[in-house]
Amino acid sequence: MDYTASQKGFRQQPNVRLRNSSTDGFDGSQLFEDTSRSGSQTTPFRNQQSAPHDAGFSGQAILTDPMSNLAMAYGSSLASQGKEIMDKNLDRFIPISKLKYYFAVDTVYVGKKLGLLVFPYMHENWEVSYQQDTPVAPRFDVNAPDLYIPTMGFITYVLVAGLALGTQNRFSPELLGVQASSALVWLIMEVLAVLLSLYLVTINTDLTTIDLLAFSGYKYVGMIVGVVAGLMFGRPAYYLSLLWCCAAIFVFMIRTLRLKLLSEAAAEGRLVRGARNQLRMYLTMSIAAAQPVFMYWLTYHLIR
Amino acid sequence: MLGLATHLGANMAFTLYSLIQAAILCVNAVAVLHEERFLSKIGWGVDQGVGGFGDEPGIKVQLMNLIRSVRTVMRVPLIAVNAVCIVLLLLFG
Repeated sequence: MDYTASQKGFRQQPNVRLRNSSTDGFDGSQLFEDTSRSGSQTTPFRNQQSAPHDAGFSGQAILTDPMSNLAMAYGSSLASQGKEIMDKNLDRFIPISKLKYYFAVDTVYVGKKLGLLVFPYMHENWEVSYQQDTPVAPRFDVNAPDLYIPTMGFITYVLVAGLALGTQNRFSPELLGVQASSALVWLIMEVLAVLLSLYLVTINTDLTTIDLLAFSGYKYVGMIVGVVAGLMFGRPAYYLSLLWCCAAIFVFMIRTLRLKLLSEAAAEGRLVRGARNQLRMYLTMSIAAAQPVFMYWLTYHLIR
Repeated sequence: MLGLATHLGANMAFTLYSLIQAAILCVNAVAVLHEERFLSKIGWGVDQGVGGFGDEPGIKVQLMNLIRSVRTVMRVPLIAVNAVCIVLLLLFG
């Protein structure tokens, strides 16, 4: 696939982007494009700029007190050691390099994805494109899951819920925290339920936990649209927009999950008999059907 | 907290702490299923789980494997977690 020809705004060659690559040495430049004009020029000079800075400081310290100079050097070495240890251990529990892949988005991608979440009916090719056996970063492929939209959607949902409660004079600052934690709990339970059912039906898929988290987080967009419409135009508008967004999310989830969960033949639309494929189809349908249920469950108390 | 719950509707006051409590209770429930007194009696024992060698384990076999692995893995950590939970509940109600 030739990305340089199709994307007009790119100024650098797309390198091989690995989802799990140790981007520490490259400082994330492979996943994230440097969008500032002077940014690419100052990056190689960053190390050289800090060196004279340190020399200036230590020059001043030598003038005042050799002991404090020693202490400062010791303290800075200790701090860098501690940072190294923490980075190493943190990477064991939370895969930070994998997470970086999911946030490699840009405005065009976000716009297209939001449009797809609200109107998925015209989109034809739902396959995630790969580049040498690793998935392409979300900014190059509108079908790839990302975590930016779910995170932003979650935060916006909590804020909009606070706004909705405020218009009904039911607001207090603790309610924001309660809303956030209960929505988070429902999200975690949904992801755990999907993981459990995927394990029980023994589907071999390359869907990771973070992918499932991303897919479950896409429903916040529809919830926000519904609540905002209900706030602006009243209950009928809330119901209408929620209905539209529920249908859109249902179709979106089915079309996305179909390619990941079902076998090759069934994903292409051919009727494949067999209990196994039927079970997989039921699982896909139930995951997709759970989204509208959650969307209604988490927003109906906000519109009175 | 109860006042906040009724503000939002009774289904909404889920906190992370209640999720942790529910998870501990569920894992405890799975861990106390006795192998020979109960699971074998209803046909869910480990000796009844060996099916064919095809790629079709089936849901029941997967469930039995899951129960067995949870019991094996979580027996010892559950002792610690339950002890901590009991102490916390005694102290803070």
